[in-house]
Amino acid sequence: MTTQQVDELGIDLTGPEQATTERGGHASRGMLVWLRMRKSPRFWIGIGIVGLMALWAIFGPLFYPWKPNVQDLFNTGSPPSADHWLGTDAVGNDMYALVMAGLRTSLIIGLIAGPAATLIAAIVGSLAGYLGGRVDAVISWFINLMLVIPSFFILIMITPVLNHLIIPGLIFFIAGFGWMVMGQVVRGQARSLRQRDFVRAARYMGIGTFEIIRRHIIPSMASLLIIDATLGVVGAVLSETALSYFGFGIQPPRTSIGTLLADNTQAATTQPWMFLSPAIVLVVLLFGVSLIGEALRDALDPTSGAARD
Amino acid sequence: MLAYLVRRIINYLILTIIATLLAYILASYTLNPEARYLGRNPPLNQNSIHNILAGLGQDPSVPVIQRALTWFGNIIFHGDFGMMYNNQPVLHSIIVRSGISLQLLIVGTILGAFLGVVLGVWGAVRQYRASDQIVTALSFLVLATPAFVLGVLLMITATRFNAAVGHQVISFTGQYTPGLSGTGRILADRVSHLVLPSIALIMTGAASYSRYQRSVMLDVLASDFIRTARSKGRRRGSAMIRHGVRVALIPMSTFFAYNFGLLVTGSTFLETVFSWHGMGELALTSITNHDINGVSGSICYVAVLILIASTLSEVLYAALDPRVRV
Repeated sequence: MTTQQVDELGIDLTGPEQATTERGGHASRGMLVWLRMRKSPRFWIGIGIVGLMALWAIFGPLFYPWKPNVQDLFNTGSPPSADHWLGTDAVGNDMYALVMAGLRTSLIIGLIAGPAATLIAAIVGSLAGYLGGRVDAVISWFINLMLVIPSFFILIMITPVLNHLIIPGLIFFIAGFGWMVMGQVVRGQARSLRQRDFVRAARYMGIGTFEIIRRHIIPSMASLLIIDATLGVVGAVLSETALSYFGFGIQPPRTSIGTLLADNTQAATTQPWMFLSPAIVLVVLLFGVSLIGEALRDALDPTSGAARD
Repeated sequence: MLAYLVRRIINYLILTIIATLLAYILASYTLNPEARYLGRNPPLNQNSIHNILAGLGQDPSVPVIQRALTWFGNIIFHGDFGMMYNNQPVLHSIIVRSGISLQLLIVGTILGAFLGVVLGVWGAVRQYRASDQIVTALSFLVLATPAFVLGVLLMITATRFNAAVGHQVISFTGQYTPGLSGTGRILADRVSHLVLPSIALIMTGAASYSRYQRSVMLDVLASDFIRTARSKGRRRGSAMIRHGVRVALIPMSTFFAYNFGLLVTGSTFLETVFSWHGMGELALTSITNHDINGVSGSICYVAVLILIASTLSEVLYAALDPRVRV
């Protein structure tokens, strides 16, 4: 069912790059998507949430006196107050400063690892689908193998070895274990695109495989890939958070949303603010990202969601 | 059909075996079983450490590939997954603990999928009504929340609830209270422990299933055969259920296989949050104790679960789609 939708999308994209706007004029496809996006409240709410949180994580510390790893020994485990806006944790670290620092780490990992996984899926999937034959057999088999392996346990085993390379390492491995499902979808798409006239024409003109994939196959799936990259951010942040929560991801003195949740779980039922502030920040951020992803899906795919009926 | 199914199962079986072997090899490189015995007081001498490790099949002087093959040979010929760091046989631990984990996983998977399908169909049928908007917003919220955060949030809520009622109605540590007697009380106690982790897992499952089911159902509702069913005189509800839902469930069966892997990881998190002594704990403690046999055993267990789920989803697909049945 999904592949069929995307098929229609493929036709849509490969046709002449023109569409009619509601005013009766002609607009490029990018323009059309933008016009649809502009009307979507989901998109604006999502962009607003994510943009504000990113700005807050980057510039927030400039406007706040407490630093993440400075303990206020007179106020340990205190609830939110004028001095400590989100209270302090059990050893007196300021929660507001910690959450900003943690959000920064989680954002960096999510924003790089999510799109990176999509990139791997695009390259590997289109190679398999476009070339077919033995390459396809090997890649499909490899994807199936990767899907059987429980990636979380593998990540747990790898991350302790990374030491000070933990952030680039996490990005690398989260992306490396997050591309398979999309890879299969891309493969199916590339298989049908291979038979299209414009791809054939390019092939008969003697254009190389990678050039065809780069110029024709991947752009034809752009919308699918953009959606996946956006929603991939959610998956990557969730992976990082889970790894850090169980003590295998980010290690002290570094902070991430996951380490904050882990450090404050014990106190969650008695001093809820310690757990709730990083939890709410995480949920709101991911909620915002998924809103953008859904708005993109609606705008890019005329057969789904808001653009339907 | 049967031949196809058998071929798929054999294919999955080969994948499972390779995945397990790769896990063993990876574990042998990243984990260091010697670390368990170093730094003890009084210190163990190198020879006895060596002997213990050799007994576990983890002699560092033997090449990793050879150790992996020996370990695998023992599974095939003797059904022996080796010993864990605490001298329990791995297989025994897996059997005991998987019973605990499967309780949660089965309840979560079945109810989660059921609730997800119902919510998805409901959302599609009443598209853009208030109920659809609310369910959509809620499922986005749940999808943005990691399973373990959901677990802790439920714990906070339950604490408040218990305090308000003035009685420990919902329990959230372990899978039962030790030292109870009487079948009724034990049963009630089990249920009261099962409630929170199940709710968390059901919510996670239902949220992702409902999103997908809603979108598939919308496609189905727009198709011609629904109009045909309506025009030949079927009432709206019956056309929806007999023709619509059945067709909309077909792609769901594939999605079920994908999603199952996520639910297994999710239930691992929940077990840890609620201090259940299940497979999640086994896997995590094996890794922190540098136990290669334990880790590989747990990964094999998860791979087998995914194998079963994938096979089930193929059977479901065949049962729902008459074109596949031959």
